[in-house]
Amino acid sequence: MQTSESITVKVWRGNADGGQFADYEVPHRPAQTILDVVTWIQRHADPGLAYRFACRVGMCGSCAMTVNGSPRWTCRTHVNKVIDGNRLTIEPLRNLPVIKDLACDMSAFFDKWNRAEGRFVGTATREHPVAAISPREPARRAADAAIECINCGICYAACDQVGWQSDYLGPAALNRAWSLQNDSRDRNHATRLRAVTVAGGCQQCHSQQGCAAHCPNELNPTASIAGLKRMATAGFFGFARQLDD
Amino acid sequence: MKAHRRQPLYLAFLLHRLSGLGLALFLPLHFYVLGLALGGDAAFDRALHWTSGPLFKFAEFGLVFLLAVHCFGGLRLLALENLPWSNRQKNYAAIAVAASVFVACGFLLRAF
Amino acid sequence: MTDFRLYIAQRLSAAILAPLVLLHLGVMIYAIQGGLSAEEILARTRGSLLWGGIYGLFAIAVAVHAATGMRNILREWARLREPWLALASWAFFGGLLFAGLRAVAAVVGW
Repeated sequence: MQTSESITVKVWRGNADGGQFADYEVPHRPAQTILDVVTWIQRHADPGLAYRFACRVGMCGSCAMTVNGSPRWTCRTHVNKVIDGNRLTIEPLRNLPVIKDLACDMSAFFDKWNRAEGRFVGTATREHPVAAISPREPARRAADAAIECINCGICYAACDQVGWQSDYLGPAALNRAWSLQNDSRDRNHATRLRAVTVAGGCQQCHSQQGCAAHCPNELNPTASIAGLKRMATAGFFGFARQLDD
Repeated sequence: MKAHRRQPLYLAFLLHRLSGLGLALFLPLHFYVLGLALGGDAAFDRALHWTSGPLFKFAEFGLVFLLAVHCFGGLRLLALENLPWSNRQKNYAAIAVAASVFVACGFLLRAF
Repeated sequence: MTDFRLYIAQRLSAAILAPLVLLHLGVMIYAIQGGLSAEEILARTRGSLLWGGIYGLFAIAVAVHAATGMRNILREWARLREPWLALASWAFFGGLLFAGLRAVAAVVGW
């Protein structure tokens, strides 16, 4: 494929106090990914560039950054797919405080995960038989549709409501809560339903589906959040079966 | 528009919010004009005569569109939040807009 | 009111408004032909328990719906915080409720 010799890459440099963009001329190579570009800059232009990655094959989600305005896994984003002329702009994920350069502080993301009761709470022990849950059960299928989240933070960065309302729990935390609400072995359903309907809970989602549009695992947190809304509304009007807890 | 927002359901959200805002800001005026009837039919009638001009008719056409699109889009949201999930949200959003254009044009045709 | 209760109030008022709005759209499209006149409108609404009831319900539901919607906009776009958020939202609700019911009374002749 015909490639130009080099690409102009704007990279955000700075920390929590602020920063600015720096320009780099990076050699354009075939089948190059954004992570390749960032790595080249750190190895050949500025060793002080801070960024995160781990698996580099699209499994861990560590390399998520904002590329030309959209949150993406940089290891799975080919330069040729997103390049604008011969320019690229790379920034840290939106909606999260910056530690340095392209590495952001994920604490708030995980705090909200906990606030939404995104943990399995079980009472069975090794003495109990394995729970007999058919993969065809509706609840199991609902959980399956949401369960592949690897908490990369892309949906959180793509969500405008997260940006507009600081206490909004966000798509990932609520998506996980939904998968757990559909786990019949879990014993925290009532508490979790209360946790996701507090101020900043599922009711704040405006169904923009920015999360679904950007999730690299093709999950749909908006659908999960709609499920939580259904559950909470049914509970509000007394239509729900009694939740354990 | 920021890159991460360039997808149809964000536009659907924007349309829903802006139409709601427009209608909410219009309502006080609407209630004021209707309230003129308290002072007798003549006062109300005088206000209504303002609405006979073509510019007003286009403004009303716009308002009818806003009301229709907010209503049909709202029905999509009520379904999304209370019925089993459907993956056809973009289709429904498009149908809502199309139906609203249809209704608003129906109004416009009868207005002239 | 808690956030979730406000959400329920907004969705409930929306469900009530949906058929009323469809009716209102129908009325507008019917009535606009030949222009609007006080005589035509008031002849139908004056003394009508039916129209009073329908539009009275409409006014109450729209006050709830518009105020809860406005609250979201004020919080998310204007970044209003408490207590100003609550004050502004309740004021908008109160104003619309009063003006709306007054308008219904005006055309029904109460």
